[in-house]
Amino acid sequence: MGGYGDVQLLREDGSRLDGRKLDEMRPVKIEAGVLPAADGSAMVTHGLNVAVAAVYGPMEAHPRKIQRQDRAVIDVRYNMAPFSTSDRIRPGFNRRSREISKVTAEALESVVLVELYPRSKIRVEIEILAAEAGTRCAGITAAAVALADAGIPMRDLIVGVASGKIEDTVVLDLDKAEDNYGQADLPVGILPNTGEIAFLQMDGDLSPDEYNLAMEYNFKAAKEIHEVMVEALQRRYQGGDV
Amino acid sequence: MGCRFAMDGEKRMSQGQTGAEQRLVTPGMAIGPSAGKRAGSGIITEQDTMIATQLGWLQEKNNTMSVHPIHSAYMPRSGDLIVANVAEVRNNLWFMDINGAFQGLLPMSLAPWKVEFGAARQHMDVGNVVLARVQEVDECHNVVLTMKGVGLRRLNQGAVENIPVQHVDRVRGEGNSLLQRLRDASDCRIMVGENGRVWIDGDSNGIAWARKALKMVANKGHTTEFEAILAEMEQEKKGDA
Repeated sequence: MGGYGDVQLLREDGSRLDGRKLDEMRPVKIEAGVLPAADGSAMVTHGLNVAVAAVYGPMEAHPRKIQRQDRAVIDVRYNMAPFSTSDRIRPGFNRRSREISKVTAEALESVVLVELYPRSKIRVEIEILAAEAGTRCAGITAAAVALADAGIPMRDLIVGVASGKIEDTVVLDLDKAEDNYGQADLPVGILPNTGEIAFLQMDGDLSPDEYNLAMEYNFKAAKEIHEVMVEALQRRYQGGDV
Repeated sequence: MGCRFAMDGEKRMSQGQTGAEQRLVTPGMAIGPSAGKRAGSGIITEQDTMIATQLGWLQEKNNTMSVHPIHSAYMPRSGDLIVANVAEVRNNLWFMDINGAFQGLLPMSLAPWKVEFGAARQHMDVGNVVLARVQEVDECHNVVLTMKGVGLRRLNQGAVENIPVQHVDRVRGEGNSLLQRLRDASDCRIMVGENGRVWIDGDSNGIAWARKALKMVANKGHTTEFEAILAEMEQEKKGDA
């Protein structure tokens, strides 16, 4: 949220600046198995966002102090490439990437059957190649497909999706201008088959009714993205070498 | 959705299934009601519904539903015959790389030789390859190996080829039939470890042929043209001989 501004984000006919309806998502494209060196990988293109996720493991957790005797730990590293935005980003970890890595790891831990791999570590690398608002959601979706591709047991394929508020109107899947000049952002990690929420953050203010509408949009979008995720995994293995 | 239709009478050899249709399932996909059926590997039951937890082909055997995963890491089980590399040597034990998440431990008491304390390195050093059996795996994934048993030994010659763990059964074939065929054609000794490592010993041409054949079986073993390709490779090998 860049804060309130006098930027007009809705047209006079009620549609958004890029022509989408209020409950319309940017196009999503997913490809599984894009990195041959990783145990599992995926690339998610969500609007102009491009996220690549790679999964390694399960492997012995090092250093030993991070080992858990009853479960695996999920080590997530979210990073934005220096060329991912119009202004060059300084390479390396920063406060934002640490925060997103942490919340993503916690979201994934709730779906991966971590108890099957005590003392192990599952390493998830998320690299954002192009950013246009909603990279943490694209990263979570890519990580879920990569984990499935690596054969890691999970309760469900978690989907990252966001809604928000612009000009006092709830909209689905904010783009860059809407994210920068809008009033609220509500990214969530949804388990589409059970309807559970594994991750939720909110930036800005939403009334209870606005929150309910935003969540309704999020659940609807999660179903659509989930179908694309399943198709991507099936496309990789239906006729290929397995 | 989620169905794989076998083309041109395609069979998947690894499980010996001949059905016309197999279902590819993804994590979270509902398989069906759990009543009267047992959940096997890759399946959990939630509110009387069976749910897949892994990406793979759905199987039903003896009233048990399971998922044959497309990718899987080697999870050691007691009794597994494996090909392991020595990764570290201590005074009284060896740490072995077993191609899994954790190293296996081979204490000197379970080695096939009488080993003096401090003399472990004289028997096996880092990089040596052994044929061993998994003696014990505890709930924390501590793996203990043994080399006491018929045929368990240090492998001083030959080559080791890696295959995906999920394709070990495919390489063996029904009742080891395919493995025997590869042994006969290559004129090599071949041992398939449960951990996806295959030891091949013979002349260099035989080893090279066996390595090529193993790769082909892992990649094409489920397709219709597999039998023809293997027959052609066997003929070529005979011709060379």
